[in-house]
Amino acid sequence: MTRIFVPRDAAARAVGADRVATTIVQEARRLGLAVDVVRTGSRGLFWLEPMIEVETPGGRIAFGPMTAKDVPGLFAEGLPLSAAHPLCVGRPEDIPFLKRQTRITFARCGIIDPLSLADYRAHGGYRGLERARSLGAAGTVDEVTKSGLRGRGGAGFPTGIKWKTVADTAADRKYIVCNADEGDSGTYADRMIMEGDPFLLIEGMTIAGFAVGATKGYIYIRSEYPDAIRVMERATVLAEAEGLLGAEAKFDIEIRVGAGAYVCGEETSLLESLEGKRGQVRAKPPLPAHKGLFGKPTVINNLISLATVPAILADGAKHYADLGMGRSRGTMPIQLAGNVKHGGLFEAAFGLTLGEIVDDIGGGTASGRPARAVQVGGPLGAYFPRALFDTPFDYEAFTARDGLIGHGGVVVFDDSVDMARQARFALEFCAIESCGKCTPCRIGSVRGTETMDKIIAGDRPEANLALITDLCQTLKFGSLCALGGFTPYPVMSAIKHFPEDFTRPRLAAAAE
Amino acid sequence: MLPILHDLQAVFGCVPPAAVRLVADALNLTRAEVHGVVSFYHDFREQPAGRHVLKLCRAEACQSMDGERLARAFLDRLGVEWGDTTPDGRFTVEATYCLGLCACAPSAMLDGEPIARLTQASFDEIAREVGQ
Repeated sequence: MTRIFVPRDAAARAVGADRVATTIVQEARRLGLAVDVVRTGSRGLFWLEPMIEVETPGGRIAFGPMTAKDVPGLFAEGLPLSAAHPLCVGRPEDIPFLKRQTRITFARCGIIDPLSLADYRAHGGYRGLERARSLGAAGTVDEVTKSGLRGRGGAGFPTGIKWKTVADTAADRKYIVCNADEGDSGTYADRMIMEGDPFLLIEGMTIAGFAVGATKGYIYIRSEYPDAIRVMERATVLAEAEGLLGAEAKFDIEIRVGAGAYVCGEETSLLESLEGKRGQVRAKPPLPAHKGLFGKPTVINNLISLATVPAILADGAKHYADLGMGRSRGTMPIQLAGNVKHGGLFEAAFGLTLGEIVDDIGGGTASGRPARAVQVGGPLGAYFPRALFDTPFDYEAFTARDGLIGHGGVVVFDDSVDMARQARFALEFCAIESCGKCTPCRIGSVRGTETMDKIIAGDRPEANLALITDLCQTLKFGSLCALGGFTPYPVMSAIKHFPEDFTRPRLAAAAE
Repeated sequence: MLPILHDLQAVFGCVPPAAVRLVADALNLTRAEVHGVVSFYHDFREQPAGRHVLKLCRAEACQSMDGERLARAFLDRLGVEWGDTTPDGRFTVEATYCLGLCACAPSAMLDGEPIARLTQASFDEIAREVGQ
């Protein structure tokens, strides 16, 4: 029986992986080949999706991008499949995009059957929890602190300090909340883990619960991720059946589904939503670590932070902390997206420059035109011009250049982009998604969009740009949360680095 | 409350205004509070959508791959705007901001199934599938 791995990741399905899998089964039956099709997550080499992998004595051999039409030709001569086939990309591990990575959080993603606990264990699963139990609760918090892990949602707050605050707060109940409301455009790392390695998240949350004394966890998944919701729900049921969740494990997980509000990715708004309310931001303090979900001490972490904990525990804090630069320790799953030739997930130690990421790893634009602007960190992240491509991927380095790395999304635009339109979109998005609690965000975003419309129409651009600059100051310092507070990043970076787009005559655009 | 609202929408295709009172009574809340929650979230509708629903991503990664132009052409062809349903009630086109398929942009979701690397031909196929 030859095992053939076909991703069931939503992005692979979106480009035809299901049809490829069905056709393989049909062809194999027709030709009398003994094959077992295993559906996996994605390796994250999306320009090669659907990428199938065939087990051989020398390891797996990959073929991609496949279409259902390619299947009969590929299987015509039976097994083993010919490595001379034009779609053969060789051993996946040897593909430069994968070979150059340091996969810690994504070590298993795309390799194992996501819903097989046996597979998970065979690939090192639950070693982290075992070590945590041997270290004890306080020792586990220490280990996470020593690893230097910082919140991967974007804020970059040290995870160990957050855990210690919750551990040190006395309460009758505590909660672990996983923020899987991955709303930033250009990001999909959370989705890939949920679809490709769900037990990793379950293990990470169980470790967090053990470390701080919480017995209940919630995973808040956005409704735009139906595949991820299905896999996570199934995985929690399987884990319960084996006693890895529930009374025996002294930890329980409930899946909750969002309802299309971007702002619920903000931690306090997410907690409100979990409590069944409008997803409006809470003023801090009190911190969620002191008074979080239902007023109880709560660890609320980004999914990637929680999913990185098992590897930190399993292999030791030092192993993780030895990677990276400055105060950014360990690895970051960089997500290359948009107009890029080699779009995909690239997990690497902090410190690569933006130029290396876009030109070298990403291979430039998909359109073949010059890359002009790169938005890093989602819709609230700054646009970087080529002149800043020497910026290293590191929390502090990006802050120093008026940007942020956020959740690690990198969206590439070619030279057809109109940066005035992108600045307008940033304000419009803020207006659409504002929770309405604070005035700068609720009203400023609407007025900002109107003012940007005037600039685009060529109406007193100088005076209106001065207004936008002033408004952005108000948004930045007067908003309650990052939605209003960070919207100035894309707006001001577009104005600063691409001024020519804000003052040029608009007759051509208006005529379109 | 969100799980209840999701369940209602799964059955009725919307959260019917008549259900607001029932939910309020069951949860010991005011109708205003329930209405506040229903109206806050983009997902919940007061009227059912068309038989088929296309959620088209309008976020940055899809913009960078010409998604806006393709989307506009498709809306014009159907003669609808964002959020509208075609007059025969068969087809609703909605904006969404990111489906997490950003490395295969532009992307969309048709009746819950993801589709990506959209081209003019993909939109022709979508139109055929939903009978437009």
